[in-house]
Amino acid sequence: MSKVYETVIGLEVHVELATKTKIFCGCSTAFGGAPNTHTCPVCTGMPGSLPVLNKEVVNKAIAVGLATNCTITQNCKFDRKNYFYPDNPQNYQISQLYYPICRDGKVEICVDGKKKFVGIHEIHMEEDAGKLIHDPYTDSSLVDFNRSGVPLIEIVSEPDMRSAEEVIAYLDKLRTTIQYLGASDCKLNEGSMRADVNLSIREVGATEFGTRTEMKNLNSFKAIARAIENERERQIDLLEAGQEVVQETRRWDDTKEYSYAMRSKEDAQDYRYFPDPDLVPIIISDAWLEEIRNNQPEFREEKMTRYQEEFGLPEYDAEILTGTKKLADIFEETVALGANPKKVSNWLMVETMRLLKEKEMDADDIQFSAANLAKLIQLADSQAINSSVAKEVFEVIFEKDIDPDQYVEEKGLKTVNDEGELRATVEKVIAENPQSVEDYRNGKEKAIGFLVGQTMKAMKGKANPGMVNQILKELL
Amino acid sequence: MQITDETIDYVGILAKLELSEEEKEQAKKDMTNMLEYVGKLNELDTDGVEPMSHTFSVHNVFREDVVVNGDDRENMLKNAPEQKDGAYKVPKTFD
Repeated sequence: MSKVYETVIGLEVHVELATKTKIFCGCSTAFGGAPNTHTCPVCTGMPGSLPVLNKEVVNKAIAVGLATNCTITQNCKFDRKNYFYPDNPQNYQISQLYYPICRDGKVEICVDGKKKFVGIHEIHMEEDAGKLIHDPYTDSSLVDFNRSGVPLIEIVSEPDMRSAEEVIAYLDKLRTTIQYLGASDCKLNEGSMRADVNLSIREVGATEFGTRTEMKNLNSFKAIARAIENERERQIDLLEAGQEVVQETRRWDDTKEYSYAMRSKEDAQDYRYFPDPDLVPIIISDAWLEEIRNNQPEFREEKMTRYQEEFGLPEYDAEILTGTKKLADIFEETVALGANPKKVSNWLMVETMRLLKEKEMDADDIQFSAANLAKLIQLADSQAINSSVAKEVFEVIFEKDIDPDQYVEEKGLKTVNDEGELRATVEKVIAENPQSVEDYRNGKEKAIGFLVGQTMKAMKGKANPGMVNQILKELL
Repeated sequence: MQITDETIDYVGILAKLELSEEEKEQAKKDMTNMLEYVGKLNELDTDGVEPMSHTFSVHNVFREDVVVNGDDRENMLKNAPEQKDGAYKVPKTFD
């Protein structure tokens, strides 16, 4: 009988903090600058330069720690992690080993209706490295230090996850929580959130962990799910063939759907961590903690409950709207402008979601303003435009954030409510379509739909559909 | 405490230093001396004493999150042995 295996997964998640400046110097963290235009002696490791800690990094790290139920290390320090690599100009990375800022947290996830907690071992602050670009003309590497010194937190989970679904639920939980805090935009594809997966397998019921591997280079939820499935199979195949899993770091190639070994434990580096003498200890007072605690935003779960209670939205709506902070923000702003919550929710859940999917965009890329969505809803409510015109106008709002009042006026899209004009058009349509008229009179109720359509077409879609229906029925 | 040949070789690898036989002997002596010097501390009972990382009792030295550095690439790259396209040019390095 074949053995039944269980997958054991722990995650190391790096998140780039959304500060204006780097962790230890006053250089900008703005993305996309020309190489080395955001650098100074500190972030390029020049001898004699001294790092000074950005207070906002500590604030954001504490906020994430509190939101993930961690204990904050009120007396914490930075350490040096020593290694040579061209993207690391100091030959050490400033990180935290002995006293990480947060410890012993947990977050709740939900998969297929089953809730469970994933433990957080620790969260520490550290600096990012530079970027290496291969130059094929000179067969050398070019180093850009713009990212060097950008603040990161590394969130290390306990090995509490058992499936790709749980891993994705955990990452999604971290992402929404951190986005709600405004601590990072957490984009996997742009590298502001990076996940390394530690995975081992063991027979169901075993108490000891198996030998684990660490998987790097996972840039999307899909890649993570595929890499987990692939690595699980690879380890099971090894064990079934009587071989052993080697503790090593592997790199995932998503196009080939295959991973290869980067380095094994034998040549693991000796980082010789020691306290950084250039950076003084951080003492976090109770008052400082309290201030951050009091400024924590409303998180997703609280918002979901409130949307249902305060606005009477179905749970499904509340869940989708709170899925990203951006969507929740637009929803709340539009409602604050007086629009009916359920109508706002419908525009966001139906049309907005459809357009996002069609244009392969994320909710974070939404450009339109709450003000223009509110105006559109007002136009539709007052029946100044009919629902199909409203959808057309919304597409333009989605695209260019235009003012719908002005747009409808300029394009002459207002619904025609003038009975004389409608009646004249309906009469013409009846005269031109004797067959449908005949069908309707012979009891084919559906024929009226065709006649309504023809009238709308003749009026370029601007007729008041209710009135058209009424006039048609009367004349037939 | 004696520093062994293996330790010296290992430290050399970690520090990316190539040492001659004489230099290795000298380094062994120097490191042994240093360890003996700080080894004195092992004679003390340090139970319950917090490890010290800094000699001054200063804490919480922070910067506000304000950009103060502009583009100083030209000056920064003056320190580069080789440069290309605004970047530091180094031997080909793989991830």
